[in-house]
Amino acid sequence: MPGQGETEEDHEQQKSKKPADTAFKQQRLPAWQPIITANTALPVFLIIGLTFIPIGIVLVITSERVLEHDIDYTDTNCMSTTAANTTCAQALENANYTGQTCTCRINFALDKSFDGDVYFYYGLINYYQNHRRYVRSRDDNQLLGKEGAAASECQPFQKNSTGSGKDYAPCGAIANSKFNDTLSLLYGSENVSVTNLGIAWSTDKAVKFKNPDNASNYFSSTHDKPPNWKLSAWELDEPNPENNGYQNEDFIVWMRTAAMPTFRKLYRKLLRNSTFQNGLPKGDYTLVVTYNYPVTSFAGRKQFIISTTSWMGGKNPFLGWSYIAVGIVCMITFVVFFILHKTWKINNPFTYQMASIQNNQRITTT
Amino acid sequence: MAIGCGFWEYNVGSKFRIYLSWESYISSNSRTGAIQMGLLVFLSYVILLNTVVPISLYISIEFIRLLQSKWIDWDNNMYYEPDNIQAQARTASLNEELGQIEYIFSDKTGTLTQNIMTFKKCSIRGKFYGDISNENKDNKRTTDELQAIKFIEQDNNFVWYDRTLIDDIEKNENNDINHFFTLLALCHTVVSEEQDDKIIYQAQSPDENALVTAARIFGFAFLNRTQSSIKVRFRNKIETYDLLNILDFNNYRKRMSVIVRKHGQIILYCKGADSVIHERLDPSEKNIMALTHEHLHKVASEGLRTLCLAWKELTAVDYENWAKKFKKATTSMERREEKIDKLYEEIEKNMKLLGMTAIEDKLQDGVPQCIERLTEAGIKIWMLTGDKIETAENIGFSCQLLTDNMIIKRIDVETEEDVTIELNRFRIELIEKIEQLFNIHIDNQNKRLNWKNLGINEYKFNQHTNKQINIENFQGFSLLITGHALVHALSDQLKIKFLELATMCKAVICCRVTPLQKSQIVELIVKHDKIITLAIGDGANDVSMIQKAHIGIGISGQEGRQAVLASDYSIGQFRYLERLLLVHGRWSYIRISKFLRYFFYKNFAFTFCQFWFALYCGFSAQTIFDAFFVTCYNIFFTTCPVLVLGVLDQDISANHSISKPHLYIVGQKDKLFNRKIFVECALHGLISSCIIFFFSYLCILSSIEPSGVVLSDFQTFGFMVATILVIVVNLENALEMWYWTGIYIFILLGTILLHFLFHFIMYSTLLRITFKINYPYVGIFQVALKSGTFWFTLLLICTILLLPVIGREFFRIRFMPSEIDKARLIQKFGIHKKQTTKNQIDPRQRQRSLSIRSTGSGYAFSQQKGWGPMITSGTLRTKSASRSDSRQNHKQ
Repeated sequence: MPGQGETEEDHEQQKSKKPADTAFKQQRLPAWQPIITANTALPVFLIIGLTFIPIGIVLVITSERVLEHDIDYTDTNCMSTTAANTTCAQALENANYTGQTCTCRINFALDKSFDGDVYFYYGLINYYQNHRRYVRSRDDNQLLGKEGAAASECQPFQKNSTGSGKDYAPCGAIANSKFNDTLSLLYGSENVSVTNLGIAWSTDKAVKFKNPDNASNYFSSTHDKPPNWKLSAWELDEPNPENNGYQNEDFIVWMRTAAMPTFRKLYRKLLRNSTFQNGLPKGDYTLVVTYNYPVTSFAGRKQFIISTTSWMGGKNPFLGWSYIAVGIVCMITFVVFFILHKTWKINNPFTYQMASIQNNQRITTT
Repeated sequence: MAIGCGFWEYNVGSKFRIYLSWESYISSNSRTGAIQMGLLVFLSYVILLNTVVPISLYISIEFIRLLQSKWIDWDNNMYYEPDNIQAQARTASLNEELGQIEYIFSDKTGTLTQNIMTFKKCSIRGKFYGDISNENKDNKRTTDELQAIKFIEQDNNFVWYDRTLIDDIEKNENNDINHFFTLLALCHTVVSEEQDDKIIYQAQSPDENALVTAARIFGFAFLNRTQSSIKVRFRNKIETYDLLNILDFNNYRKRMSVIVRKHGQIILYCKGADSVIHERLDPSEKNIMALTHEHLHKVASEGLRTLCLAWKELTAVDYENWAKKFKKATTSMERREEKIDKLYEEIEKNMKLLGMTAIEDKLQDGVPQCIERLTEAGIKIWMLTGDKIETAENIGFSCQLLTDNMIIKRIDVETEEDVTIELNRFRIELIEKIEQLFNIHIDNQNKRLNWKNLGINEYKFNQHTNKQINIENFQGFSLLITGHALVHALSDQLKIKFLELATMCKAVICCRVTPLQKSQIVELIVKHDKIITLAIGDGANDVSMIQKAHIGIGISGQEGRQAVLASDYSIGQFRYLERLLLVHGRWSYIRISKFLRYFFYKNFAFTFCQFWFALYCGFSAQTIFDAFFVTCYNIFFTTCPVLVLGVLDQDISANHSISKPHLYIVGQKDKLFNRKIFVECALHGLISSCIIFFFSYLCILSSIEPSGVVLSDFQTFGFMVATILVIVVNLENALEMWYWTGIYIFILLGTILLHFLFHFIMYSTLLRITFKINYPYVGIFQVALKSGTFWFTLLLICTILLLPVIGREFFRIRFMPSEIDKARLIQKFGIHKKQTTKNQIDPRQRQRSLSIRSTGSGYAFSQQKGWGPMITSGTLRTKSASRSDSRQNHKQ
């Protein structure tokens, strides 16, 4: 329709196509245009240098105050108490990992008293809890006590397919490989009193792990224990039902998989009573290990770690020294830049001009 | 990675099977099993590491380009008020190339000039009219007396000073003058329309309009036409001519004729380019032709567009014969065009010369300044025009393309040998001049000449003044070449030589070129030099050139919309090109470069965290981050600030950009994003990821909460690394950004906050309670943020990664500032260098030299086919006035 086209065109012609004159459309928005000049860069270096060095010193001192004692009990340190000249690792190997246990006693001395709260950790080295297939081999719904078959991610530890055909409880490779050495400490001949409560994250305990209703029946008859386990989940801490089954803190700690192949996990906390009112006194100790957990086949290591904490947590000298190093580098850079800035003028007439104008401005303002 | 996996599985994994058995489909043999795993993991890592170049990159780029073209559309300074035309980006994908242009190929008529024609001078049977001071009469008039003559029918653009023509017309004794204006009133394809008692002409080309208007003003008014008649008012007497035929215009014929009958007298009127008319004149016309030729030269050198007029009387018998043949030809099925052309040729001969007309086409506003700036920006401008060489040269001078300090070479020969000789001569001349000026010796005379190879900055010759000879005034070479010579210069044997010499020149003007040649020239440059070219034009004859060049720009002008439709950008006036390139192009280039640099950096930083983690997780393709984070990293946590950077960043304001054209050179050399820069930003990302990962690793590995609980678990570590990464990457963005608007600050802080908010919600128990979603990372957020180690690590890593960047920036800006840095400093601290005052003087001087030359232009018809057939067939109606011409052109 030519007629319509015309009116549209006429209309269009009357309407100005002039773009709106707004700051946004004309790209004239008010803006701050920072330029890194001597006036900004040099103070930054100076201030960072001046703050980082003291921070670093504080961190290093804090870290140094934390006491830590590590005992590697993987092989030669841990000689079987029953078989002569055999390490527990060898004993397990000889028994072809058929569930035989081995006990060893390791004597050590603490040169200083570990004051305050003391924590006991087990550490594993070259242990890949962060492997993709390992990490996903769990069923969070099962761990919340929900009904239903174990998830297929648990394969091949989903169900006992060669035997009863029942689901494993808990299922999956993580659960199946739960650390099951027993570690206890003697001070002289006195048992060091420890607690296995409060070692897991409170959020984990509160929201991620729940026993199903009728737990004892669930764990003993409707489900099988994982193949590597000696006891069913309901036998982990029978006297304390709140710390039993899926809600067992040792289990929860294990299920929080580590980021790196070298890691430690909280095992026990010192129960501060009578002798241990102020922590661990210095003196001779004996570590009693019930050695169940083989790691030598894949060149893994096992450690027992005693540690105190500071306001920053555990021992971590790296952080403090990094701060000191960065601070020193900043100071050096500052000095170099400062000297360059003050001396290098003539080569660049422009900056010379600028510097002089800035100086003038400073003079006029002061 | 896959090989690493194979080795790991073989050495470690196979033994670790007591805790983590292999999948059932993997061979239990440790070696074959490991190889199988390696292959599978390879695929996994392809998926995991493809975040280096994510899809979001393409989407982001498109988004940025879209908004950048919106800036062009919205720019008030590129809005042409008189025609109500705004600049328009018709494509969104070329914005950054606008900042890298090295060659501009420009049409002349309607592009550099307004394409508004006014009748200026004429010569009738050897008598010249139209000079301002008429020497024929001996009384010299002072300028005060010089007044434009007022006519009854006035036209805004029309100014006439020469009384003699009016007198001669009034005397009415000279039949030639009558014929002259009768021709102008009859021989055209203009259609008229009456509006408010005024006649408005609709012409296919502005030239025709100018001629018909001129005829009307001199008392020979064209009133209207029907299919077969033309109504005119000659000396206030209305007459009707029978229109027998229109022998239409086309590119090849370069002329048009009409055959009319009045009182039984059959007359052919013809107008066209001087060369074609010349060939078809009666031999007896020689003397007149020679005289007219002189006049032609005179007006052409003033830059006016010229046309020759001729006529001839036909006997009724001759015409009848011809008309019969013509009718047969028009209805013939085969080779009709050819036959018709032949018949036209048959009748358009032995004509009598009437004279010539000269039409002025004014330069558009601001063209000389614009061209000067663009030249300063290192852009070479080639003018491709259909005009005569004198006209073109003159226009070249008046629009600053040519200056008196240039060495101008004209190549106006027709045979191949001559062209070869001329080119060789020019080359020798060029070499000699360079050797003399710069006191260097050019060894290999066969090697391609190139300013860069010679080590001379062609834009700053005066930098090289340490030699004895003063070359302050030397401004480079320029080349003028005609279409005839171009035919040979573009042949396979000569084109490389031509290219070499032409690219040495600052300005090249090609005259009398056909549309095909225009595109051939563009193609030659595009093919042989790796540079970005731009073609600008307004008419249908520029379409092929616009399409050949990397970027085509159409000027929405008088000649319809074909050029605009074929173009990538359209603007209202040539002078807006300056803003389009120096502001929008440059900004777009800087923005896209910074965007790409930053984008690659951030994705390298992100992806290589996964790589480093692979070394520690047995190459199992485990992601270090939460899967949600991997998905959202490029969407929510890093993209918005860089989008703002790509859209809003400015180094210096638009006005500063225009006043500092040399900043444009950065884009031409592609200094802001090239392979080297890519490697640099990839390395930057790599180092960042390295520091983020390993410092986090070393700081968090043995980290324990004050309550003794271990923090080095997989999920916490992943979250901490992710948070540090997001903060570092966004702060890095802040360092990249030069133009902090409120929007940017909001988006930057918002993005970092969003990261926390997002994870707070995702990892909170709230989600579980309200939505019953069992998210595996529940609780991580609070635990991680409560940890002092985390905050100290964050501060440490940010410092380690950002301080060197600050240091480098400072060092560069203070000790070796780039041109952009200098400009930014000047803008911020308002320091004016001495140069600015010098620049202010320069144009004025040039202006003075400019005013001595008279301005103008040359050659008359538009390059399309005429409207003739439509008039005779009656399809052309004159309804809508002003805007019909575009539509009419489409109909063709």
